[in-house]
Amino acid sequence: MNITVRVWRQKNADDKGKMVTYGVENVSEHMSFLEMLDVLNEQLTLSGDDPIAFDHDCREGICGACGVVINGQAHGPQTTTTCQLHMRSFEDGAVIDIEPWRAGAFPVVKDLVVDRSAFDRIIQAGGFISAPTGSAPEANNLPVPKEDADHAFESATCIGCGACVAACPNGSGMLFTAAKITHLGLLPQGQPERDSRVIGMIEQHDHEGFGGCTNIGECTASCPKGIPLDTISRLNRDLLGALAKGKA
Amino acid sequence: MAVSGLIMLGYLLVHAYGNLKFFQGPEKFDSYLEGLDDILYPYLPHEGALWILRVVLVGALVVHVYAAITLWRRNKVAAGYVGNTRYQTKQNKTGYQRSYASFTMRWGGIILLLFIIGHVAQMLPNWLSPGGASDSKYERVVNGFELWWVVLLYTIGLVAVGFHLAHGFWSALTTLGQNHSSTRRSSRITAVSIGLAVLIAGGFLTVPFAIFFFGAGS
Amino acid sequence: MTITEPYKNPSEQFHAVGEDIVDLKAPSGPIEKRWDDRKFNAKLVNPANRRKLSVLVVGTGLAGASAAATLGEAGYHVRSFCYQDSPRRAHSIAAQGGINAAKNYRNDGDSIYRLFYDTVKGGDFRARESNVYRLAQVSVNIIDQCVAQGVPFAREYGGLLDNRSFGGVQVSRTFYARGQTGQQLLIGAYQALERQIAAGTVEMNTRHEMLELIMVPDANGVERARGIIVRDMVTGEIETHTADAVVLASGGYGNVFFLSTNAMGCNTTATWRAHRKGAYFANPCYTQIHPTCIPVSGDYQSKLTLMSESLRNDGRIWVPAKLGDDRVASQIPEDERDYYLERIYPAFGNLVPRDIASRAAKYQCDAGKGVGPGGLGVYLDFADAIERLGRPAVEAKYGNLFDMYAQITGEDPYSEPMRIYPAVHYTMGGLWVDYDLQSNLTGLFVAGEANFSEHGANRLGASALMQGLADGYFVLPYTLANYLADGPYEKVADDHPAVLEAKAAVENRISTLLSINGTRTVDSYHKELGQIMWDYCGMERTEEGLTKAIGMIRDLKTDFWANVKVTGVNEELNQTLERAGRVADFFELGELMCIDALNRRESCGGHFRAESQTEDGEALRHDDEFAYVSAWEFGDKQPTLHKEPLEYEYVEMKSRSYK
Repeated sequence: MNITVRVWRQKNADDKGKMVTYGVENVSEHMSFLEMLDVLNEQLTLSGDDPIAFDHDCREGICGACGVVINGQAHGPQTTTTCQLHMRSFEDGAVIDIEPWRAGAFPVVKDLVVDRSAFDRIIQAGGFISAPTGSAPEANNLPVPKEDADHAFESATCIGCGACVAACPNGSGMLFTAAKITHLGLLPQGQPERDSRVIGMIEQHDHEGFGGCTNIGECTASCPKGIPLDTISRLNRDLLGALAKGKA
Repeated sequence: MAVSGLIMLGYLLVHAYGNLKFFQGPEKFDSYLEGLDDILYPYLPHEGALWILRVVLVGALVVHVYAAITLWRRNKVAAGYVGNTRYQTKQNKTGYQRSYASFTMRWGGIILLLFIIGHVAQMLPNWLSPGGASDSKYERVVNGFELWWVVLLYTIGLVAVGFHLAHGFWSALTTLGQNHSSTRRSSRITAVSIGLAVLIAGGFLTVPFAIFFFGAGS
Repeated sequence: MTITEPYKNPSEQFHAVGEDIVDLKAPSGPIEKRWDDRKFNAKLVNPANRRKLSVLVVGTGLAGASAAATLGEAGYHVRSFCYQDSPRRAHSIAAQGGINAAKNYRNDGDSIYRLFYDTVKGGDFRARESNVYRLAQVSVNIIDQCVAQGVPFAREYGGLLDNRSFGGVQVSRTFYARGQTGQQLLIGAYQALERQIAAGTVEMNTRHEMLELIMVPDANGVERARGIIVRDMVTGEIETHTADAVVLASGGYGNVFFLSTNAMGCNTTATWRAHRKGAYFANPCYTQIHPTCIPVSGDYQSKLTLMSESLRNDGRIWVPAKLGDDRVASQIPEDERDYYLERIYPAFGNLVPRDIASRAAKYQCDAGKGVGPGGLGVYLDFADAIERLGRPAVEAKYGNLFDMYAQITGEDPYSEPMRIYPAVHYTMGGLWVDYDLQSNLTGLFVAGEANFSEHGANRLGASALMQGLADGYFVLPYTLANYLADGPYEKVADDHPAVLEAKAAVENRISTLLSINGTRTVDSYHKELGQIMWDYCGMERTEEGLTKAIGMIRDLKTDFWANVKVTGVNEELNQTLERAGRVADFFELGELMCIDALNRRESCGGHFRAESQTEDGEALRHDDEFAYVSAWEFGDKQPTLHKEPLEYEYVEMKSRSYK
């Protein structure tokens, strides 16, 4: 198949940037979306142009490095990561618009590459259990109901790709934050720091310039790992609980 | 935002119930309204309860609008606009599953605000009385709703109320931590919100539609 | 055991042979006491002095993140580096199966000794007993640590931890979190690391790539690893970082094959640069090839995806019996299929070890019976399992893997059999280290897949995660402290000749790469190198093939340095430049892998020499000649082989049989 792509090109953070159109020929339907970009980049390199910069690493849907907005949807038409999206999801002759995640908290570094370090700082603000190495008790001394463990796991599968922020009309990072609060808050090990965690993480979230949540639900709908929306309600419950105790 | 919204929603429910007293005729309707002045009398002075209610409602509205403006401004920056648009593409403007209601919270909210201002002005004794002033509130209602443009404006306002509630009630409860579903669409709260929106908008519209289309009250 | 050389190995046209080496830190005494003894004898550092001591940790996978977090928590001043945009993305995250630990929660006869025994045997007697025993000992603590951090391992209905049996062992000792165990463990280590970053004990440098090691002589003339040169991948700035010790936890080198299950960015540059500075590279030829990967679909293919080996529990592997049978699978009648594993290995059938299953698939495809694009694939058929267990049961067990297969291939594995083909998955070789995980370069420590230690010639399933975390959480904090106890060392000035030299070398290399402006892309060279490695240094190696490959790699490398096209400039985010530097190092490593494979005229674990097999085609070890670790010293003209003899006091050397 032959396709046309319109790609956001921006030399660096200070550049204004614009959409640039390229044709890509002989695309196989079995190619992944990133492999299609590889092919285009080989063409660009040979013609002496600057290849398109995009983040990617594992290419098996788990590292969370890749992620672009394809035709207005984070990670494209299927709810999966960009690396797991295949060209069979597009038609011959399609015009595909490729843009970076857009968010105030995710400044563009170059082309389709954005800076997601704000997520790391949210984790720093409380997204952990303080368990110094060597101090852990025997693992089976603390039974965890299977249902809670399974729920915690579900939230812990977040890959930190940022699709939730890119899809959210408010540029909110609430689903990412809520996934971590849910993961740790459901486990008995996570209880001692539960209040300080939610307050610290929300303060950091707001400080980073993420938007406020208006419960539209696009985050969950675009999440390649299907992090459920009720995690946000759980975050709110934890936050209200912590505030009621005067922990702010 | 959630709490102020729910306060106003609570008022709307009582208000809609009161409006339906219209169908009991002029005497009952007017005396019901007069009776409101003396709620909890003599523990509260004449119109005391109403004034408390007015203060609470105005307070809720101010908080609600202030929060909305703050959120609007913050989120516009957070969304990382490039010029006037976020994504350059023209495809999939509604994303994966955005509802029309969630789209219209802001502009819908402004329409609502204008409607509320107009509506309150209309309530002040014989100050703004389309269709003719009267000492009977019942008659003023009837006079107003015989005019097509009053009915039209009122309908626009109430449709806006409906959309605002369809997303707003769901959103408020979620913000207060009450959603237990994995997606917005699968949540029972979403169904309840839509039901509530239809009920309230429909309830308010029965009176003007009855007057305009079926000549009730004349 | 002394090794006498009855003949001159043909590999010696490519290398010299140096003195044998020994692990000076290797403890003696009863094996179960050795780690305790080492810990007791290790020097301690007063907590008040720790913040004056600094450590650089390269890589943030399981080994790097756990080491940085633990060292930071202990009070040392740690600087951590990763090439990704966040430490959470290191490729440990992609490990699916699980992590072994000798907890014996199942009461099925597991013990530290059994895990030790299985690991030594699984490594085909090419790993050190002391190291492996220590690994089995600390495996128990790892599970406790991870649970305390909130890693959501699978649990039983009673709330206790669940286990499964993995990779053909007879006990259930594998802890898991659905098919995402690596992700969950890494997130645990990442959170511990972020906690230390917040506490100010660890400074994190993301999007930074190590390009050179800095060796500086101390007052007594002892060369010590004192720093690294890194490139800020956003600005292109070449930065110098100096410290009292350097830890490399930069992962394996499977990407030398271009197509592998490694992440696109995985590379050997950190370890190779250290090797060029004098660190020995041990056993580079030991590569693990995983039999159940999704086959290549075209020449644009950029990476391979592994599917859990558990698929072989219920799937049956076959190829059409007739050559050139191009009917779709379901149209081929039962008696025209060759279930070759069940035929050749009736006892183990489809569950033969990874290397045997991989090689058998290769032989079928070499014989022209392969299926799918390019004839590089064999069928893995669940029709019988679906009939026997019912579709819901198969879905419950393998649903996520079937979905993954369908997503990638666009085919429905419930109606047509899957196609699978082997792919490079893990590299057992790496920088040589002693019992303390210190390389032969003083002050340079190596952890995780980047070192060569615990897995010998072949790694058992669910042992990679165990080793990475053992090194980072429980070994380095003691052994590195022992080294640091003699510090802090004299501060290295930014204009020290050794620093300036290292920095200049990096800058020259970059400007050379940018100035060639030839006609071929970096990827095209990488793909060609990968093909050579796969053809001649892959599942089956021969003297002839390896000799040929060395020549081909040398020619290709020369062509690369004359004709590669690297666009852009250094002072920007330049992904082509990053890849060019990594591929340049892969050429040199690939050559060494072939030399190592050529030297090792035996078959063991992940290394199969066609010349060394039994009449039945089984791998044949030569313990009399090759029971040693090959530690290679870099040389401008040719490498030098140092042998570290291996002795087995506890586990008797046996050869395996799966017939």
